[in-house]
Amino acid sequence: MIFGKKRKVVTKLENDGLKAEEKELFCDLPPRTYKGLGKYVEKFLNWARANSLWILGFGTGCGAIELRPLMTARYDMFRYGIAPRPTPRQSSVFIIGGYASIKTIKRIVRSYEQMQSPKFVIALGSCTINGGMYWDSYNTVNRIDYYIPVDIYIAGCMPRPEAIIAGFEALKKRIIAGKAEGANKYAENFSWYKANQKKIIKDWNMPDYNW
Amino acid sequence: MNSVTLILIGNAILSLFLITIWGLTLNGMVMKIVARVHGRFGPPVWQPFLDIIKNNAKRTMIAHGTMFFLGPVFRIASGIGTYLFIPAIFGSTVFSNFSFSGDVFLVMYFIFFGQLGMALGAGESGHPYSPIGVSRGLAQMTAFEVPFSLAVISLAVQYNTLSITEIVAAQQGSILNWTIFTNPLAAIAALIALLGMNMHNPFSIVIAPQEIPIGPPTEYHSAYLGMLQTNRAIFNIAKLVLYMNLFFGGATNFITLILKTFLIYIFTSVAVGVAFPRFRTEQSIRFFLKYPALIGLLAIIIVSIK
Amino acid sequence: MNEIMEQLKQIFKLNEFNQEREDLYFITAEKEQLVSLLTHLRDIHQFTSLIFLQAVDYIEDNLFQLTYMTHNYDKHISLGIRVKIDRQAAEMSSIHHLWEHAETFQRELKELFGIDFPGSPGIDSGFVLEGWEDIPPMRKDFDTVKYAEKTFFPRPGRKTHDPAEYMKNKLYPENN
Repeated sequence: MIFGKKRKVVTKLENDGLKAEEKELFCDLPPRTYKGLGKYVEKFLNWARANSLWILGFGTGCGAIELRPLMTARYDMFRYGIAPRPTPRQSSVFIIGGYASIKTIKRIVRSYEQMQSPKFVIALGSCTINGGMYWDSYNTVNRIDYYIPVDIYIAGCMPRPEAIIAGFEALKKRIIAGKAEGANKYAENFSWYKANQKKIIKDWNMPDYNW
Repeated sequence: MNSVTLILIGNAILSLFLITIWGLTLNGMVMKIVARVHGRFGPPVWQPFLDIIKNNAKRTMIAHGTMFFLGPVFRIASGIGTYLFIPAIFGSTVFSNFSFSGDVFLVMYFIFFGQLGMALGAGESGHPYSPIGVSRGLAQMTAFEVPFSLAVISLAVQYNTLSITEIVAAQQGSILNWTIFTNPLAAIAALIALLGMNMHNPFSIVIAPQEIPIGPPTEYHSAYLGMLQTNRAIFNIAKLVLYMNLFFGGATNFITLILKTFLIYIFTSVAVGVAFPRFRTEQSIRFFLKYPALIGLLAIIIVSIK
Repeated sequence: MNEIMEQLKQIFKLNEFNQEREDLYFITAEKEQLVSLLTHLRDIHQFTSLIFLQAVDYIEDNLFQLTYMTHNYDKHISLGIRVKIDRQAAEMSSIHHLWEHAETFQRELKELFGIDFPGSPGIDSGFVLEGWEDIPPMRKDFDTVKYAEKTFFPRPGRKTHDPAEYMKNKLYPENN
């Protein structure tokens, strides 16, 4: 159920990975794009969004270890309005901490879809950009942006906390400029993203779109 | 609706608005102070405002059912209810709220009511972490209600009334008329209960982000969370105002209110919170039911003997 | 250790015996005798701990070599038992009744090497690869580069050097 604006496009998804009795538990509407609330309101809201970034750390790769120092007194990310948040529902920035295998991309997709838009994605390390040193592995995803829209890539193996802070600053500029519309991009190219995801996730046992 | 009612409602809205702003600013200041104690810069003071704006400006929202939707509504109703039945400023028409129609027991009911509503709402979200958080929260709440209730009973015996306005009126005149000097044992028991109510560090297991993710509001997002955050500010300040009225002589103007609530908050919850690590649920229950409860009982006995 | 070996040799057919380190020995056993040998070692010679169970793919000899590493906590000796099994019909008797955690190792081997352990609990449930359809990826005839290029949308612009050639050119440029 969505509160607020009226839905326009209603095309049913099959949720084919699910058992019959589970199907009704999940939403079967594809995501849709959202427009801003008018130029100046949206500018103000974007400024608020940029200065209150709640991160969901997806710490399966080695990059997660570089996020910890950010919270300490030395780097102190709280002064930039960045705070960790334990659940995908409440967070607005999704940090993918390094390489993603097929098993983890499944969880990444689910977590990403559970976040509420507008949502932003930061991918850390070379592995998320082109597979890094694991590019020829049977199990490492080469390009994260084929599966979920990525706003900022932070290169390095692994990037230092300073680099991550610089990445956050770049993300803030992008949000304030109104360019960070990853959720809308995902909704527009939904079938393309789903096809890419289903190409590598062979046992698709989750809903096609889960809230 | 006659003009008297309209003026009352207008006054209540104004008072609520001002107190919300002060509550959020107080939260921001506390975040900054805690950060300075940790040796960090900390977020800017206006960070709670930004968080609320951002949460309310989220574009999507999901409901898991009617109770899920009503959970934050109950919670904010409890926060506003707690505040509106307390006379915030003694002798002021704007800030006396609806204190003429309710006494301290009604306020105590409102403190409990929000948690129950939240428990029902969080239970319907279907997330397994929510009921764990709820059970922890209710258990801890039941524990700190004991010393608080004993302290309130002691006050009722002492002042022979349950009306907060009359309790404040009895404390006017000199600093030595304050309950904290006339009935120190009740004040101590109640202030220890305040530590639990404010959910600062020794008793923060319910909503600490590092514990079973963030407790009852695990599944709450967007405007629901915005509502919960607004409530956290109002509820927090309402409790502080209640304590100020019961034990610290109340306030006669807004500046005094700001100063007193700030000092109560800093010197009870925040100072204790930055210095002590977190209790587990059963530890905190044991803690509340041991010495604070005994002190509360003792306060009643001493007051009754007098 | 040598005494234990002498005793073992009287009961079992052991092919090789070598000492890698002061406290690390390896023996090679027959496939059929393995379970009884491990039971004997566990119950009589106090090799009570199974440290790991791993496989190596010898594609040239058409063999898988399994290594069961056990440890004796009284004498602090590790003993590895190597077993060679056929690569085509890769099947081995399960030892989950001796050590419960062996079933996890066996699940892993089933998934990554395709070695079957009939009777091991949960042997067919996924370990790390969910829904793998190709030949098991740790077998040497599996071409990871080809698979990755086919599956994972490689980003254009990556340069790959042969490490030996590249280092030779870099360290000894005068030879070219």
